[in-house]
Amino acid sequence: MGEAADTARQERLADLRRYLAEAEGFGQAAAVLPFGAPAIDAALPWQGLPLAGLHEIENAGPAEEGGAAETFLAGILARLAPARPVLWCLRRADLHAPGLALIGLEPRRLVLLRASHERDILWAMEEGLRSRALAAVVGEIEALSTAASRRLQLAAESAGVTGFVLHRSAGSAAASAAVTRWRVAALPSVPVAREPGIGRPRWRVELLRCRGGTQAAWDVEACDATGIVAVSAALADRPALRQISAAG
Amino acid sequence: MSGRRVVTAVNATAAIEGIVPGMGLADARALDPALLVEEADFIADAAALAKLAAWCDRFSPSVTSCGADGILLDITGCAHLFGDEAGLARQVRARLARQGIEARAAIADTLGAAWALSRFGSGVAATVPRGELWPALSDLPVAALRLEPELVALLERLGLARIGELYPLPRAALAARCGDGVALRLDQALGRAAEPLSPLPPKPLLWSRRSCPEPILTAEAIATALRELLQHLTRRLGEEGLGARRLSLAAYRIDGRIERIAIGTAFPSRDTRHLWRLFEEKIEQIDPGLGIEDLVLTAESVEKLAAAQLGLDGETARNDSADLAALVDRLANRLGMRALARPVLRESHIPERAVRFVAPLAEPQTPTRWNALQLRPVRLLPWPEPIEATAPIPDDPPLLFRWRQRAHRVRHADGPERIAPEWWRRDSPIGSGASAPESRDYYRVEDEEGQRFWLYRAGLYRPDSAPRWFLHGFFG
Repeated sequence: MGEAADTARQERLADLRRYLAEAEGFGQAAAVLPFGAPAIDAALPWQGLPLAGLHEIENAGPAEEGGAAETFLAGILARLAPARPVLWCLRRADLHAPGLALIGLEPRRLVLLRASHERDILWAMEEGLRSRALAAVVGEIEALSTAASRRLQLAAESAGVTGFVLHRSAGSAAASAAVTRWRVAALPSVPVAREPGIGRPRWRVELLRCRGGTQAAWDVEACDATGIVAVSAALADRPALRQISAAG
Repeated sequence: MSGRRVVTAVNATAAIEGIVPGMGLADARALDPALLVEEADFIADAAALAKLAAWCDRFSPSVTSCGADGILLDITGCAHLFGDEAGLARQVRARLARQGIEARAAIADTLGAAWALSRFGSGVAATVPRGELWPALSDLPVAALRLEPELVALLERLGLARIGELYPLPRAALAARCGDGVALRLDQALGRAAEPLSPLPPKPLLWSRRSCPEPILTAEAIATALRELLQHLTRRLGEEGLGARRLSLAAYRIDGRIERIAIGTAFPSRDTRHLWRLFEEKIEQIDPGLGIEDLVLTAESVEKLAAAQLGLDGETARNDSADLAALVDRLANRLGMRALARPVLRESHIPERAVRFVAPLAEPQTPTRWNALQLRPVRLLPWPEPIEATAPIPDDPPLLFRWRQRAHRVRHADGPERIAPEWWRRDSPIGSGASAPESRDYYRVEDEEGQRFWLYRAGLYRPDSAPRWFLHGFFG
């Protein structure tokens, strides 16, 4: 009797989850961008990144030494289709277009906006998210308040433009309405066949928060020229990694 | 005559006493010992008149001051906004009266006739119907023809006191006696000779005007009025096949001050909703003071804009570039056009010169591909920052470096990539200024944690001097 009731409960729960996902606009029909790395896609309830939503991505290191999160994000942006422009709102003009071009993000798709106040960046992001002209909006924000995240999430849902909040350093764990939050840290590269120099760059990608999903972490090879990350073959089937992050 | 003090202007009360301009001050004082006298200040008068002319641009887009005491309004196509021509003249005088200014007004087909009637007409406001200039002017004195005082005196000596008395005279006789001046002025007043109102006829401006029955004070009331004005103006723009690049709203306060706000667009637009959103941000900048009585919306700059394509569903077809232009307008309207840019790759090896920034709506470039062999960071410091580096072997990357108080032990490195100065450029960031051009040897290095940096050594290795190292960027 206990087993039957348990199964019924499980089914009911699954139904409810599906209902909630659809009510939130992330049902099966909603637009999703798969990472192309099965291990990551499987961990996301939508088998990829839901496009009509807000996502947070942070660098693991100190704010002035970024690079990994930006590259991870550029890889996602490069694969968004159709290739509409991307509005990237920043406070320091240090984004380097040739570096982004190497990951497949064409410079001509970038519209850069520089503002000295975070409130201007939040305002510009919201305007961008409500415009139908863009594929995505990126905003470099230090600390995203709960209220601001809610506004951005609503704006992203309304027009189907994907929002990304880029944190240059880790921290600021205020409750957020964003759909996912990621942390990207550089890992020592794997030497290529005993050649000297830097091998293939690698990252530790952590899914810190995911609406309707659980935490997870992967060691991946950094984006290639088409913006695709690959879960390192030698590490892909190690369940220990997921346990580490689930515990932490 | 030096030292003789003369009356230059009088008010209505003084005029009733018989005091007229041109009369000696002593004579005027004799007529009324209690006369209040102010020193004439022609410069201040001219400035006040110019200000008043600006104030009058609520009635017509083409306003100039005319002589020392007049304002000329070209009301072509404006009168219907006020009912009719007489209604316009009434409103102008009523508005001026509210400012404490007594004015005489005349509306006529020619500048000469309007000038004559406003100064010499019998009533305070005159409107001459089309084609009735001759009878309207015939009773006026010849001085109403804008003639030199000597010519007026000459005509009067000849017994020609009224304009009507000039009508039957043969032109040749008139010219022989008085020169061409009188005939020309007469022809101008009667519309027989052309007289441009200003050296260059102004381009037809599109504008929309709203008079408030009660002075308005709140931002909401201004917003409501502005929305109506925008709807009217965009409809007019549509009829003309035009779009606005620049719109300005003038709010005329009852205390005579004028508040103005303006918006600009990157592409011509007549989309009411878009233009409204640009204005919406700025309405709060208007200080209504004690109230606003008139609002005038003017399209200061317009360009041709074809009719919008309609999709099969009757909706305006979606247009990505128009959507982007609308977004750029909103962002630039608040943060300034300089806050926005689009990067364009440039054929230069110098990292600082590899990107050029163009306007956000510049024509799309052909896709520029970056040479995949030249690895470049995703973050580039605006200026390379000096680092302390330990590099014991010449022409090798450092083993250890310190940047902003943090030490990094180098585990792997790629390089060098030698970037030579663009010696043919004077403004090259490498080796600019007085120093000799210096090449840079760039290394991509990875520290123990896996963070990847872009470093370079300035100049060639020299045993006699310590190498200078710089950090320039960060890789993902």
